[in-house]
Amino acid sequence: MTQLALVIDLNVCVGCQACVTSCKEWNTSGAAGPLPDTRAYAEQYAGTFFNRVQTYEVGCFPETETLHFPKSCLHCEDPPCVPVCPTGASYKRKEDGIVLVDYDKCIGCKYCSWACPYGARELDDQGRIMKKCTLCVDRIHDSALPPAERKPACVMACPTSARLFGDIHDPASEVSRAIREEGGYPLMPEWGTHPANHYLPRRKTRVSIHDDELERADNPLKVDRQQPRPAKSEPTLDDAVTW
Amino acid sequence: MRPAFSVILLTTLLGAGQGLFLATFTHQAYALLGVLPPASSRGFYGAAAAVSVALLGAGLVASFFHLGRPERAWRSAAKWRTSWLSREVIALPAFMGTVFLYGMAHLTGVNPVLARLPGGMAVDASAVLGVAGTVLAFTLFVCTGMIYACLKFLREWHSPLTVANYILLGVASGFTLAAALAAQLAPPEAGFFAGWAIALTLLGAASRGASLVRNARLRPVSTLQTALGVRHPVIRQISRGFTAGSFNTREFFHGQAMSLVRSVKWLFLVLAFAVPVLLVAAHLATGSSAALTMAILVQMAGLMAERWFFFAEANHPQNLYYQAVA
Repeated sequence: MTQLALVIDLNVCVGCQACVTSCKEWNTSGAAGPLPDTRAYAEQYAGTFFNRVQTYEVGCFPETETLHFPKSCLHCEDPPCVPVCPTGASYKRKEDGIVLVDYDKCIGCKYCSWACPYGARELDDQGRIMKKCTLCVDRIHDSALPPAERKPACVMACPTSARLFGDIHDPASEVSRAIREEGGYPLMPEWGTHPANHYLPRRKTRVSIHDDELERADNPLKVDRQQPRPAKSEPTLDDAVTW
Repeated sequence: MRPAFSVILLTTLLGAGQGLFLATFTHQAYALLGVLPPASSRGFYGAAAAVSVALLGAGLVASFFHLGRPERAWRSAAKWRTSWLSREVIALPAFMGTVFLYGMAHLTGVNPVLARLPGGMAVDASAVLGVAGTVLAFTLFVCTGMIYACLKFLREWHSPLTVANYILLGVASGFTLAAALAAQLAPPEAGFFAGWAIALTLLGAASRGASLVRNARLRPVSTLQTALGVRHPVIRQISRGFTAGSFNTREFFHGQAMSLVRSVKWLFLVLAFAVPVLLVAAHLATGSSAALTMAILVQMAGLMAERWFFFAEANHPQNLYYQAVA
């Protein structure tokens, strides 16, 4: 069974918000209707987004690290938001594991948002229905696009390739390999939701240079050093030439 | 969580309506079994059922204000296999219809004897409807309570005490209301309801108190460390990703000072439990019907404060992600 998901490399994310704006741009322009902003130019403005990038500081000064943390629907394998929906508007697709909201069935009761521990769902104030990340379901299966572009808008936009997209149930996929080999982990594992999206941890990148790498221990004659300048009386070219 | 007035009204009005019906039928059942004399006023059962239907209807109207798309509300009966909200949506009209028929049986007098028990006791239509209504009333209480109790990471709610509180607080307010109604319509019966009202209010206070004690001792399961998957004990949010408001910053936090939340806790303990018990006891001592009217008004106000606190007290783990603006 296919389970499409994002794997987000926190070691590479620079917090540029390109995924946020490209997500908003793609999903506000699609057939599913706009992702409206309320009072966009007034003081008490608000907006609906599928994807946010947050920033945290980890550690105590001076031993601190900045963590940029992209946050969107994790498309849980056991999504708590789906069974609570009274109308069946919230559902998980069998064919690719994407958790979606049927905007024509949603009554805007907000119960699914209460049931999501991650706060991944946002109510559209103007449509008065619940919205959430669709994993760009209208892009990834669009055969009119070149195969290389059949990816979520956020993945396409990421300038550092911090976002990987693929099937985490296929052990040979890029995302499965990343989770397996680079320590991919889920968020809030304590609730048993089995999020499909995984995060790759930040890693310390250290270059260690030993003395023997600066001055080679296996070269006692220093043959690769710069040779001393010849004296004026000495021939300036090789023996073969002066000979 | 942010308390929504539509849900506060919905749950308190439904609870009182269910409790009032249960009080009415309790009296009728006692009379049928010969423990009590039948109600002195024939119209009392019917009038109480009418008030119950009115309260349930008002609660139903309030619930529509919670929906973004009330015109689609009919769809919400679809997923009764998995969703307690859907089950409530089915149980509420079924219960309202039963109480309506129960009231009509009493008000119109169309109340044929359907069967006779071996002891010779007549089972009329109102008794059958009353038993069905009792089952449905408890079903509705359980559905309402489980809507909240089934959300396991809202740990303040994820407890059998949540269901027990919905049942006991609803039944307590229903018996107090029945006593106040009886004082006007069938004064000899008021004492029966008043006695039960005191007992159930005290029981509700014990159950609600137990959940307050339980919730005060809860330690969070989710932390910023599990929310981000970073093990370091010191993590500080620098930016939540936007300076504007959003659904996430509005819906999941009450937005009030903790001192206000604490005040509301003491307010509801006084208004929902202490004052009504004293007023109902005053009625038992003096026979004053005004004391019972005051008791139900104060208790309903107290239960609305209780429901406000119930929502405000619940701490949603998604708030971990929204601790600093920028």
